Amino acid sequence: MNQIVLLPMILPLLGAGLCLMFGRSARAQRAISVVVLSAVVATAVVLLVEADRDGPVTVTVAGWPADLGINLVADRLSALMLLVSTFVTLCVLLYSFGQGIAEFGRESPLSVFHPTFLVLSAGVSNAFLAGDLFNLFVGFEVLLASSYVLITLGGTEARVRAGTIYIIVSLISSALFLIAIACVYAATGTVSLAALAERMGDLPDSVQVLLQLLLLTTFCIKAAVFPLSAWLPDSYPTAPAPVTAVFAGLLTKVGIYAIIRTQTLLFPDSPLGDLLLWAAILTMLVGILGAVAQSDLKRVLSFTLVSHIGFMLFGVALANPLGLAGAVFYIAHHITVQTTLFLVVGLVEYRTGTTNTDKLGGLARHAPILAVMFFVPAMNLAGIPPLSGFLGKLALIQGGVADGGALAYAAIAASLVTSLLTLYAIAKVWSRAFWQPADSDLEPSRGGAGSMHGRGGVSTKTKVESRWQSFAREQRLPLPMALPTVALVLASTALTIAAGPLFSFTERAADELHDRTPYVEAVLGNTVQDGGR
Amino acid sequence: MSINLALLVVIGVLVACGVTLVLERSLTRILVGFVLIGNGINLLFLVSSGPAGRAPIVGLGAGPMSDPLPQAMALTAIVITLGVTAFGLALAYRAWQLTGHDDVQDDLEDDLIRRRADLDATSATFEESDETLPDEDGTDVLPDEDGADVLPDEDGSDVAGAEPLS
Repeated sequence: MNQIVLLPMILPLLGAGLCLMFGRSARAQRAISVVVLSAVVATAVVLLVEADRDGPVTVTVAGWPADLGINLVADRLSALMLLVSTFVTLCVLLYSFGQGIAEFGRESPLSVFHPTFLVLSAGVSNAFLAGDLFNLFVGFEVLLASSYVLITLGGTEARVRAGTIYIIVSLISSALFLIAIACVYAATGTVSLAALAERMGDLPDSVQVLLQLLLLTTFCIKAAVFPLSAWLPDSYPTAPAPVTAVFAGLLTKVGIYAIIRTQTLLFPDSPLGDLLLWAAILTMLVGILGAVAQSDLKRVLSFTLVSHIGFMLFGVALANPLGLAGAVFYIAHHITVQTTLFLVVGLVEYRTGTTNTDKLGGLARHAPILAVMFFVPAMNLAGIPPLSGFLGKLALIQGGVADGGALAYAAIAASLVTSLLTLYAIAKVWSRAFWQPADSDLEPSRGGAGSMHGRGGVSTKTKVESRWQSFAREQRLPLPMALPTVALVLASTALTIAAGPLFSFTERAADELHDRTPYVEAVLGNTVQDGGR
Repeated sequence: MSINLALLVVIGVLVACGVTLVLERSLTRILVGFVLIGNGINLLFLVSSGPAGRAPIVGLGAGPMSDPLPQAMALTAIVITLGVTAFGLALAYRAWQLTGHDDVQDDLEDDLIRRRADLDATSATFEESDETLPDEDGTDVLPDEDGADVLPDEDGSDVAGAEPLS
């Protein structure tokens, strides 16, 4: 029964192969992708239930001893991440069908999209379930390699430019990760996380700090933590809407997951907690100040993404169960909300041909449903009281108060300022894109606009003109794109209603992380029974 | 564990050369730098597998042998480096097709904001709040049109878009 831990990797990879075989038929590809991802979501539900009931579900691949071989572990944290990420991936896939019908066919090679998307999903699942550092690296590489393809989809000039930066940054972080793994292996003779948890404490303090810094730098690049975050707002906005949505939802969270895993398991008494708190404070503030300065919807969202990574890091840096529980809750909330917002912005772009708030206007009147779909998750992101964003922030702040240090209070202050500024950035975008009247006076000023903001060849002059015609025609949103977005809006709102059970779950997950023994015993104990040692 | 100094020096040189190349603007050079770093890291894995000259794997626990695990990791890393380098070269070729060079370019939007800061020009939102003061409408447009030459996309639309509010 434990073997189902393998399914979240194997199924998408098989599906990707099948998709390549049926490259000619878009319909077959869609059917395969949906079936595969639905099966993975079902697997994730089973894993979640099992991990919560019986403790971590583990598999030792090929029966090697646990400190040598490849382990896959689904504890509460992994299972929750897996469930949220695969559910979001499935919704984005359904959304991409709509967009594929509407506009992908012209610009992007559809036959590559589905297999790559499935491989991406396999990589994300692998990273969440990996029980050793090297398998984590392989998971990262799988998801990165497919993200390289997705971010440069279609090979337009803007995407190649943005993709190049993204790829170089990712390559550097991968190289750093490999160096870290080699050093860890040289120091301890294993890369298995569970075995490392036992052996890391025997190393001299200076070596521990060195290894921790190497790993943290790697993961902070991937998670876009402040001094290492400049690549993200540049590279994400140019990709197609579904791709940006799934990247924003998942990829940075994989980095945060890796930080949580290594911090709690390998370095529980870390001397670098203060450093992480500083990084969290700066990430929150610098990120949100960037968002305030932007005028493009996608870029505003990308900067808020960077900023809110700071919240999760805040929870991790506190390293008390309450902070960790808040961080895990916040990740689940943020994956759904951020993905939803990017999908809605994709709809805005589909509807109007641009995401620049200088050119948008009157959407609240012309597209009221779209406005509601933007408003609810946007307020959720800003953390308006009844919604889950508020609950996550509240938990983090309680964690900070429980910590009680001066720096923790500084981080609390920073998180409150960041929440206010998020509200400001969102309100600014809202009033400009949705409330500002869209009158025809705007038309003459559009002269040279296309060249500056012509990302992905969208806002050329003809497009802009047809946009205004489309306003007049009261064009409807395509249902295949709108329905998955609505589903995600509802899901992100449902997190608010289910916040009680979810939060008690994340508290249990945090206790498990804090305790460390369930994870270590589940992995190492397994092999003792198998007689491998 | 004694460590092979020659290997360490080679690793240092490879990685240092790689880092220098990665700091270049041209994507092809960056990729060459990445390959050098990758090779340095593979040697690092060899160093971590213990002294040289031992037999390869001879069954569990039968006499001294070299540790096979770092070799397996290095092999995996080589394969991944190969694939990613191939993709990077394809990307460099595509960039050359599109622009005539493969230099990594700056972010356009960043550039816009930087230029706006250099000019000390008002941002779009700043004007909007200004718009609430009714008697400033006339004076506001003037500095704006100066900026319009340099930032064609921002200025005209702001004034026009914001005016109906007042």
